[in-house]
Amino acid sequence: MADIPKKITVALAGNPNSGKTCIFNMLTGTRQHVGNYPGVTVEKKEGLCRYRGYEMTVVDLPGTYGLTAFSTEELIARRFIIEEKPDVVVDIVDSSNVERNLYLATQLIEMEVPLVLAFNMSDVAEQNGLVFDIGQLSQLLEAAVIPTVGNRGKGRTGLLDAVIETAERAGFERTHTIAYGEEIEHELASIEKLIGEKESGLAEKYGARWLALKLLEQDGDILTKLQNRDVIDAVRKSIEHLRDIFGDEPETVIADRRYGFISGACQETIKTTVELRHNTSDLVDAVVTNRILGLPIFLLLMYLVFQLTFSIGTYPMGWLEIFFGWLGNTIAGFWPAGSEHWLKSLLVDGIIGGVGGVIVFLPNILLLFLAIAILEDSGYMARAAFIMDRLMHKIGLHGKSFIPMLIGFGCSLPAIMGTRILENRQNRLTTIMVIPLMSCGARLTIYALLIPAFFPERLRGPMLWLIYLIGILLAVVSAKVLRLTIFKGETTPFVMELPPYRMPTFKSILIHMWQRGWMYLRKAGTVILGISIILWAAMSWPRPHDTSLAGLTAEQAQQQKLAYSIVGRLGRAIEPAIRPLGFDWKIGTALIGATAAKEVFVSQLGIVYAVGGPDESAGRHTLREQLQANYTPLTGFCIMLFCLISAPCVATAAMTRQETNSWGWALFQFFGLTTLAYVITFIVYQLGSLLLY
Amino acid sequence: MKDKHSRTLSEVPEGETVTVVSIDSGRGLRSRLTSMGILPKTELKVLRNHRRGPFVIAVKMSRMVLGRGVADKIMVL
Repeated sequence: MADIPKKITVALAGNPNSGKTCIFNMLTGTRQHVGNYPGVTVEKKEGLCRYRGYEMTVVDLPGTYGLTAFSTEELIARRFIIEEKPDVVVDIVDSSNVERNLYLATQLIEMEVPLVLAFNMSDVAEQNGLVFDIGQLSQLLEAAVIPTVGNRGKGRTGLLDAVIETAERAGFERTHTIAYGEEIEHELASIEKLIGEKESGLAEKYGARWLALKLLEQDGDILTKLQNRDVIDAVRKSIEHLRDIFGDEPETVIADRRYGFISGACQETIKTTVELRHNTSDLVDAVVTNRILGLPIFLLLMYLVFQLTFSIGTYPMGWLEIFFGWLGNTIAGFWPAGSEHWLKSLLVDGIIGGVGGVIVFLPNILLLFLAIAILEDSGYMARAAFIMDRLMHKIGLHGKSFIPMLIGFGCSLPAIMGTRILENRQNRLTTIMVIPLMSCGARLTIYALLIPAFFPERLRGPMLWLIYLIGILLAVVSAKVLRLTIFKGETTPFVMELPPYRMPTFKSILIHMWQRGWMYLRKAGTVILGISIILWAAMSWPRPHDTSLAGLTAEQAQQQKLAYSIVGRLGRAIEPAIRPLGFDWKIGTALIGATAAKEVFVSQLGIVYAVGGPDESAGRHTLREQLQANYTPLTGFCIMLFCLISAPCVATAAMTRQETNSWGWALFQFFGLTTLAYVITFIVYQLGSLLLY
Repeated sequence: MKDKHSRTLSEVPEGETVTVVSIDSGRGLRSRLTSMGILPKTELKVLRNHRRGPFVIAVKMSRMVLGRGVADKIMVL
């Protein structure tokens, strides 16, 4: 019998910053799976844990402060508990802040779930001079209470033993529940009875008392489930009656009683031995969130993050480039030199070129994620949001939006993934839409080609600065416009906890970094691979007849082939449309190629000008000369402007689709930005031509 | 507790400790604040009030950032 593992489901609930993720990592190790809850982009983390002949599926519920119907996260957590009926719910409680954290526990008790309380970060509580009478607390709350230190892996066996014991105690009934006082209890009882008679289906699913309680709290989600008029009327009358008695909303009174229950339980069982007036976190905050010093410290830290990402990242990036170069050459070596076999071209140019181009950025991205994980786990990110809130508020966003926008300077993909920290959907969508306006690393290669071609030495720095600045300004204006139009709607009030500073643990930041890095890799392996192949095909077919290539040099032949291909033809087809921007078909062709990845613009231009690949410095040199000979500095500037604003690369579009769960928003972003780019470049080119020439 | 003495939290200068009287907001925000430990009779201390921009307050053991719009809706004594 002991051979077959017993399968149980364990859900982890808890406040944000209670160390829930640490406990999740402690229980499941690296056997984790990250996905989304159906229909929403709230992360769903699941992991496996084997212990004493049990196979536990551990589900990390979103971090919440309560279980109301007011936020998506809370609704998801609540629905999971109701619909999936986990065998045990473990509530992770920050034991240095028990009273506030137990508020969630009271709501779990109301749902009558089999409950285990993990009093996490018990080491911090001890340092703060808190002493718990665990046995008595456990009796009062009618749930096992286990002290844990998640980031150091302490309390794992105790917690797992308690989970198994609770799971086996199925059918257990509480001897006492939270008492809401005579008046409320009276109304509860009468509604409970009525529900049992008239809405028996609902009562069976949710439990009559819990339903009655939620109805008195005017819970939006539950109210819409009611069908029976008698019940609806009775609830309305009860609420009015309670309002009269208390002079306040029933939900406020109920909340008050919950806190009363908590302080009743805590009074006898938690002792404070030292009176703490200032803790270290407050001292650090005195400097870090200082009115004058806050912003410079923040900017300095961000500078360090970028410095770390791009300076250290350069080395592994170089190795990867060498590796993919070697891989391409090795595979090409299977065919005789000069072979034009399509399979060789597909493997070398399409797959290795396309996917390699994305994977080359992986070291940068991992380093960026590492830095972000450190900032998040240490507690600084919340301070950064506080510091930036005043500025961001002016464009209708929260301080938190600033962080993903900043990441956008590195690459839009992690930036869009980073918007998960924003709770409000309107805010999140607005931020995702404007992220591509932050000049990413790939676009820097375009500027690096064009600026020296058209501008004298002394203007190069300012020109680069100007391009970045235009991106930021456009992002600010677009965000404001979006918030006033399609993403209108009240800004959710800004309320955020500042967690105490903590030393991040090596293991947790590595897990964080790896999970995000893996998502990026998976994207490269699936969507980007597919799109690279399509674009490769569009640039390779149809092929001109061999006789028309006779007598041409290799570069000229390549140029002919590109011009003859679908992309080349599209480039010509859009020429009339891009004429007013100062672009010809060659630029058009390169722009179409650039939708695969922005840096492709440079290699495409190299091909249409038949100057060889952009990698050889000689080729790049002659490409600059060619550009200089063919275009004016105004056109050069317009190209940069268009590349800055226009359609984000397909990987970005794919990421937007994934994170917004809709192709609609991805297409809106793609075409919206392209339209914006067209209009702005048009104005600049036309005005510029008028004024300059 | 006379109502005429109460003021909004946003008027409270840095360093002062006050008690919440009421939260004059929609149900969503009130419920959110309640679950974060801010409800009538709660004592809180203003740690940062830069006149513009968000607020930092201390509630029991936690530190919280409130947008100015939120602080405007919390009546304190």
